[in-house]
Amino acid sequence: MTELIIPAVVSCIVAFFTVYLTTPPLIKFLQKRNYTVIDKHKKGHVMIARPGGISIIAGIIASEIILYAFLQMNEILAVMITTFLAFVIGYIDDRKGMGGWFKPIGLALAALPIIFLGAYDSDLAFPLFGEVHIPILYLAIIIFMIVITGNTINSIDVLNGVASGFMVIASFSLSIALFILQNYEIAIISLPLGFVSLAFYKYHKIPCKIFPGDSGALTLGAMYGAIAIVGQVEVIAAVALLPAVLNSFLFLASVKKIVDHRELNEKPVELTDDFKLKATKNKKARISLVRLIVANTPLSEKEVCYVIFKLALFSAGLAIITAFMMEFKV
Amino acid sequence: MMHGQLLGFLFLMWVLIIIGGAIAVVILGPISISGFGEFDPLINSIVKGIIAIGLSIAWILILTKMKNLIFRKTFNY
Repeated sequence: MTELIIPAVVSCIVAFFTVYLTTPPLIKFLQKRNYTVIDKHKKGHVMIARPGGISIIAGIIASEIILYAFLQMNEILAVMITTFLAFVIGYIDDRKGMGGWFKPIGLALAALPIIFLGAYDSDLAFPLFGEVHIPILYLAIIIFMIVITGNTINSIDVLNGVASGFMVIASFSLSIALFILQNYEIAIISLPLGFVSLAFYKYHKIPCKIFPGDSGALTLGAMYGAIAIVGQVEVIAAVALLPAVLNSFLFLASVKKIVDHRELNEKPVELTDDFKLKATKNKKARISLVRLIVANTPLSEKEVCYVIFKLALFSAGLAIITAFMMEFKV
Repeated sequence: MMHGQLLGFLFLMWVLIIIGGAIAVVILGPISISGFGEFDPLINSIVKGIIAIGLSIAWILILTKMKNLIFRKTFNY
């Protein structure tokens, strides 16, 4: 355990400062090249740089290379390659605006390195009741996990700072769960995800200076899913992600097909004259987590973000309780 | 009020995951089909896969019912 302290500290410092220091020049570079999009929830014509996924992936790769130099584990390679492939898929989508099926299929392919490197255990662990051995079925779970975590984080990236702030809470709760389960090496591999998200949150929060884009959101989500697989904490990871899963569930339940949100015309929320978010009365519009949050009363973007963070903290608490429940068998 | 409903719904999702896990371990885990020679692992996986898909569909249906129940007033614009 003590021999892991130095790699853990060094990788976390590198993860945080790589993103913290590379994001400002990236913002300037993107603005210079006119790689900007309008922030629809702001007064006036505010243009925001995108995609910030470039600095996020830089922080992840730099920190995980350091961890690999210390630990030489296949799990680190699997997490790194899968995360990088998810970044590439997101970056293509940022640039070309691909259709609704592109990201799920791309993320399914991004999950393959975990299988080829054998960085998984085919026992699926549940709280209180133990494990179930599903050698062939587990391969499908690996693919679904990366697709679902990537897309759910992408789908919650709707307001300034939500995706990165949510990821800070979810990833640190996953790290705590891994420490509780005494899976120290994977816990340390997971820590850079939280620090990368934290550093990016500084520029992503209100007033936003850069959007992560699909490349950033898919990178964060895919890494989270990959850690859940290699750390054998799939159920705990799903619990920590529940608000984002709820958002995706509401989306699919109301739209009833896999489609990119950009392809839908009716928006779930509208802006009031004083730039607060209010739920639309349009019955054709999809239901989303934000629409539910502002259903009773219009709220400012900042207030909605804080409500989502409260939900994330509640789920993080449930995830940690689930980790303790893993220790007990009925 | 809405935030309380959302927290309640998240808690319900968590309870359903725990129950789903129990069903998976108690029912899915012990299933073992033999008599197909070298195809035994494949047949076992197919059967477990079908049951797992069934459980997932049941999970989504229950969640949809509960969603309509909890947020009925909200959806009824």
